[in-house]
Amino acid sequence: MFEGRQDAMTPYDEMTANDGSVREAYRELEHWLTTTTVETFQNKRKEADLLFRRLGITFAVYGEGGDPERLIPYDVVPRVITGAEWSAMEKGMEQRVKAINAFLNDVYGDQQIFRAGHIPRDIIEANDAFVPSMMGVTPPAGIYAHIAGVDMVKADGEFYVLEDNVRTPSGVSYMMGNREAEMRLFPGLFRQHRVRPVDHYADFLRDTLRSVAPYKDREPKVVVMTPGRFNSAYFEHAFLADRMGIELVEGADLFVRDEVVYMRTTRGPQRVDVMYRRLDDEFLDPQAFRKDSLLGVPGLVSAYRAGNIAIANAIGNGVADDKAIYVYVPEMIRFYLGEEPILNNVPTYMGRRDDELKYILEHLDELVVKEVHGSGGYGMLVGPASTKAEQEAYAERIKADPTGFIAQPTLALSTCPTFVGSGVAPRHVDLRPFVLSGADRVRIVPGGLTRVALKEGSLVVNSSQGGGTKDTWVLED
Amino acid sequence: MLSRTADDLFWMSRYVERAENVARLLEVADRMALMPQDAGGTDEWTAVLIAGGVAPLYTELVGKVEADPTLRFMALSKENPSSIYNCFSVARENARAQRHTITRELWEAINDTWHGIRDMTPEKVEGMGHTAFFEWVKSRSHLVRGALAGTMIRDDAYSFTRLGTFIERADSTSRILDVKYHLILPTEEVVGGAPDYYQWAALLQSVSAQGSYRRMFGDQIRYTNVAELLVLRPEMPRSVRSCYDNIMENLQNLTESYESPPRCLRMAGKLRARLVYGEVAEFTGQESGLHEFLTEVVDTNLQIAAQIGKDFLLTAEADDSPLAIPENARQEQTMG
Repeated sequence: MFEGRQDAMTPYDEMTANDGSVREAYRELEHWLTTTTVETFQNKRKEADLLFRRLGITFAVYGEGGDPERLIPYDVVPRVITGAEWSAMEKGMEQRVKAINAFLNDVYGDQQIFRAGHIPRDIIEANDAFVPSMMGVTPPAGIYAHIAGVDMVKADGEFYVLEDNVRTPSGVSYMMGNREAEMRLFPGLFRQHRVRPVDHYADFLRDTLRSVAPYKDREPKVVVMTPGRFNSAYFEHAFLADRMGIELVEGADLFVRDEVVYMRTTRGPQRVDVMYRRLDDEFLDPQAFRKDSLLGVPGLVSAYRAGNIAIANAIGNGVADDKAIYVYVPEMIRFYLGEEPILNNVPTYMGRRDDELKYILEHLDELVVKEVHGSGGYGMLVGPASTKAEQEAYAERIKADPTGFIAQPTLALSTCPTFVGSGVAPRHVDLRPFVLSGADRVRIVPGGLTRVALKEGSLVVNSSQGGGTKDTWVLED
Repeated sequence: MLSRTADDLFWMSRYVERAENVARLLEVADRMALMPQDAGGTDEWTAVLIAGGVAPLYTELVGKVEADPTLRFMALSKENPSSIYNCFSVARENARAQRHTITRELWEAINDTWHGIRDMTPEKVEGMGHTAFFEWVKSRSHLVRGALAGTMIRDDAYSFTRLGTFIERADSTSRILDVKYHLILPTEEVVGGAPDYYQWAALLQSVSAQGSYRRMFGDQIRYTNVAELLVLRPEMPRSVRSCYDNIMENLQNLTESYESPPRCLRMAGKLRARLVYGEVAEFTGQESGLHEFLTEVVDTNLQIAAQIGKDFLLTAEADDSPLAIPENARQEQTMG
């Protein structure tokens, strides 16, 4: 998902400045890195692997042969973010997610932002994730994106938002698991640093979910809904249910009667008020969406429409996080909140605008071009890494469907010190913090999931392509 | 609790118990194979396959009953659903699905066990020695039970887990005794040195009851005493009676708040009454033999397990359960 060109310029290193001096936040860590032997790192890494396996912190890959349970490589060197950096990011993320929630309310309500001419309506209508049947259905407390993952990268010392994830963002269990591992492996480091804790994420999540219960007259029954134990992120679903102390359910555990959702328990049916679902819209309810879905609950959407259950995240959120609408998030912030955006967007050229299309086609060798509805790094062109022939072929695709593409300049992503087997070396990283929006307030734990591209020079942090994760420290000021 | 959770926990512990029982069966057969041919022979291995309920499958997949192939089939085969490998594997799948319900200690005990059996090969089993392998399986089962006893909250989840253990054990003890009874011509008194003596001694050993037998009945091994010990004695933890004491206790815990006892509780109570008030002479006589009685126990035990599934909505086709009709559900809705 990362793109950019390593040799475009010297990438920003989060530990070491260009003049070779060590940045303040990394002072103690740098000393530790230079005094710890390669052998110690190797042993600690083995210990971490064992720990993750024993705890079952794995992700599942089926159909490729071998052991379906894989470990995401864990880098034992933590990443450090200063308290000052974090408080700006925190404000920026809160602002951003508030605007996205307001936008979703508007899209499925009055559609003022289209009438005011700030965003072209056809961007929504062209998006398969738009669910017209949700028009006029207001979710409890008007919250759509209860859990948002805001993907950020650092370039030239500044954080940029690369992507908003407001459907079913994953990875938070690694944020928590990594912290547990790091504290077990290197307790001494935590004595030297004042690292802000992240373990209360589960409490925050539970409070957020409870706050949107449709009925206030009784203790709300909250559940986590998973597609099942063969889902690659099943561990995370189970982990979160466990940490929140609530039930983990599958579609077959639930049924709907008279527009009310119940779960089957050993003491009879029990009413469900809030569902944190970890499966996509189209699988939720075979009566409303895909008829062949065996994972969902027949009648769930009717119960939702009747206001008898809160579903987090709401149905139809996909209109707010694709690559075309991303461009308009600063516009949303101005329109709904009357504020200037705190966080940077990566400058983006849109194929749908004639002048920008011309620019894209003339600069294919230096831009990164992406499909508007694509994801996971598929179907994109990384200009500087492509051949002339690839660029020409891609140009034809763009010309055939200009609105289907956007382009961004290649960024020199920041690097962090990383243990690479033979020693410590800089590797490119990104960051996904998690923003929780409840009826009462927004909650964010200080930290997030840092992904790291373990291969030298690589900008791809996806776990399927050799990416790993790091513990992410936000320091107390 | 969620019905599916109860179901997963029930099967998790059933399969761990089954792995242990298969190891016990194999251990005895392996030991008997060391005896002079007329004492053991391949009958021992046939007995293992029959008690495990997989004799037809073995014939189909492997063929002739011999020591090594049977051992491999029962220990490591992926095609045999009752092999130790598959028992631990299914137990672990169920545990994984309930990773959030069970304690970390219990999960780690089961997960480590699975990693151990996954890495096991016939060569490794030979290398470590059969006995060491059987001991390993038993010790893993002990560890799982210990983690359960030492760390799990005594709630419904615990009760369903315990039910799985005792339903499986009642089944296993009955089958082991029944198969042995078939193999051995029951003579009233068995004298030391005769082949049958070793058979009964091995049977006692398979349920870790040699010492207990000696303390309770003296040195002489009589088959009526063995039957009494394994069927009727409450102090013998692997006896059918003891299993049913535990099954009743756990079912009562689960249904405390019920106005009338569910069907599974009544069925279990009736069977237990026979075990509590029955006398060994009743089913070791010529008229109604031990085999008939044990067959009945195995069948009833099976029916009780199925009824537990229905009564607690564990099975999809549980429509005749009183819980299936959401009466309280409708009331709640009008409140809402």
